[in-house]
Amino acid sequence: MSDDHVYMTLAEGHEDDTRWAYGTGFEDPLHGVDTAVPDGVDAGELADLCVTLADDALVSAQRLAEWTTRAPELEEEVALANIGLDLLGQARLLYSRAGQVDGTGRGEDAYAYFRDAGEFRNVRLAEVPNGDFAFSIVRLLVFASWRLAHFERLTAHRDPVLAAIAAKGVKELAYHRQYAAEWVVRLGDGTEESHRRTRKALEQVAPYLGELFTAFDARDEVVAVLRQVTEAAGLPMPVYRPLPGSGRTGEHTEHLAPLLAELQGVARAHPEATW
Amino acid sequence: MDTTHSSPAGSGGTEPVLQEHFDATIARDRRIEPRDWMPEGYRKTLVRQIAQHAHSEIIGMQPEGEWITRAPSLRRKAILFAKVQDEAGHGLYLYSAAETLGADRADLTERLIEGRQKYSSIFNYPTLSFADVGVIGWFVDGAAICNQVPLCRSSYGPYARAMVRICKEESFHQRQGYELLMTMMRGTEEQREMVQDAVDRWWWPSLMMFGPPDDASPNSAQSMAWKIKRHSNDELRQRFVDMTVPQAEKLGVTLPDPELRWNEERGHHDFGTPDWDELMRVIKGDGPCNAQRMERRRTAHEEGAWVREAATAHAAKQAVRAEKGAVA
Repeated sequence: MSDDHVYMTLAEGHEDDTRWAYGTGFEDPLHGVDTAVPDGVDAGELADLCVTLADDALVSAQRLAEWTTRAPELEEEVALANIGLDLLGQARLLYSRAGQVDGTGRGEDAYAYFRDAGEFRNVRLAEVPNGDFAFSIVRLLVFASWRLAHFERLTAHRDPVLAAIAAKGVKELAYHRQYAAEWVVRLGDGTEESHRRTRKALEQVAPYLGELFTAFDARDEVVAVLRQVTEAAGLPMPVYRPLPGSGRTGEHTEHLAPLLAELQGVARAHPEATW
Repeated sequence: MDTTHSSPAGSGGTEPVLQEHFDATIARDRRIEPRDWMPEGYRKTLVRQIAQHAHSEIIGMQPEGEWITRAPSLRRKAILFAKVQDEAGHGLYLYSAAETLGADRADLTERLIEGRQKYSSIFNYPTLSFADVGVIGWFVDGAAICNQVPLCRSSYGPYARAMVRICKEESFHQRQGYELLMTMMRGTEEQREMVQDAVDRWWWPSLMMFGPPDDASPNSAQSMAWKIKRHSNDELRQRFVDMTVPQAEKLGVTLPDPELRWNEERGHHDFGTPDWDELMRVIKGDGPCNAQRMERRRTAHEEGAWVREAATAHAAKQAVRAEKGAVA
């Protein structure tokens, strides 16, 4: 019976594609790109840069995943998951590149699951808890604007693989920034409560800005976005108050270790397993 | 409950004429579309069924969603994240299909969190290990496909079209789940035990997904006559069992039913009787996770209220600004 076609074929003949999964492998943005490290590029520096950028993306994706089943509306459920999936995809490509060039041949999971908090190099902005929707959205606006500026620069990187990853990421990050900007305007302009919460979120994000600009100086780009969005939202610009230390040197908040404990727990409980 | 009492709504023609046209459309296997006249009972039954389906997609995000942050590889994390996102998408287009019948998404959501509308009982069971993610894909998405593929031919157009899209995605989910289990069965002894344990826990609840036995399913006959429903609960359950048995063999797991065996004469598998009392308890709200699932949904809805209000207020202000701009 034709109704049953989908189900009946389940157990038949997929032996050749045991690692198959829909939506997670068909489009290879690195297809046709030469993976050798070009002359004049320091492999160690390149690997560090890839891990750093991957850590930012993975930790952000983990926070976005926490919104699942908790978003204020179904449309936001879908959008936040989209953004989380984009960032998770970026992390996977970047970890894979790091493993190719750092001489260890490690796969993406070795970086994600078998390093401790002190070895992660993500900015602290990515790891602090989600807070309310206003905080998550303001954080996303800042993060996406900053990362977008960085990725735009990286599209001209001498490593063609990193340049290709960045080119794919630029399109994604432009959407993330747009989505967040629209929400900040809605929230700033919406009700007294949403305005108050968003104003507070901007204050809460401010201490983490300095670290971003030390890691990659996109101050002009990020400030320009914030100025434009806060003006449209009727919100004040956040006052800049840099925190000491940096996630880039392994100095994290107390929030990273529990985040990683959750992320890594199952994988570490079964180190011999294949998934 | 499902009366054929007709509504005076609709345009043109007297009610008996409209009813005759409706009956002829159903008889010819044609689709009823939103602007067509339909009996009030047909409309109510559809709204109830579609809303229940939409609620199931949304509540169904919870048991698996718990594992996105804990998935043991980045690839599995991406697959699961995408799957749960698909379920939110399914919920969205099912609520839209219900809205073509005059229902309102916000109102349906209220009914869900007040416990006045149901969702599939299967989602009231806990997910205890990562193997559950695979078994849910295999059994629960598999059972959903058995239930839903015939609904692609449902007499109501928007529902039928939503089902076509949903079934395509569900079939990916099922294949992903089965592939996860295949991979786990090739892994460590501990992983194989996790898979068998998950199969043991999910088998009977999955059989209950098809609803009570036909002789105890009061609304089925009318829904079949209206071609809202195309096969009986017991027919679909039998089909699910027949299809799943060879898949279990290939996977190397045992389905937890000592009465399960091929019946040459019937050309089907015989199988044991699910615990219908358990199904009734879970439907009435006393399953292992009913309270937890409802609480999560209620909390998300309540904590998101200020966000939705802000969006509404902003849109209203924008409309006023646009009007003023137009005047000036």
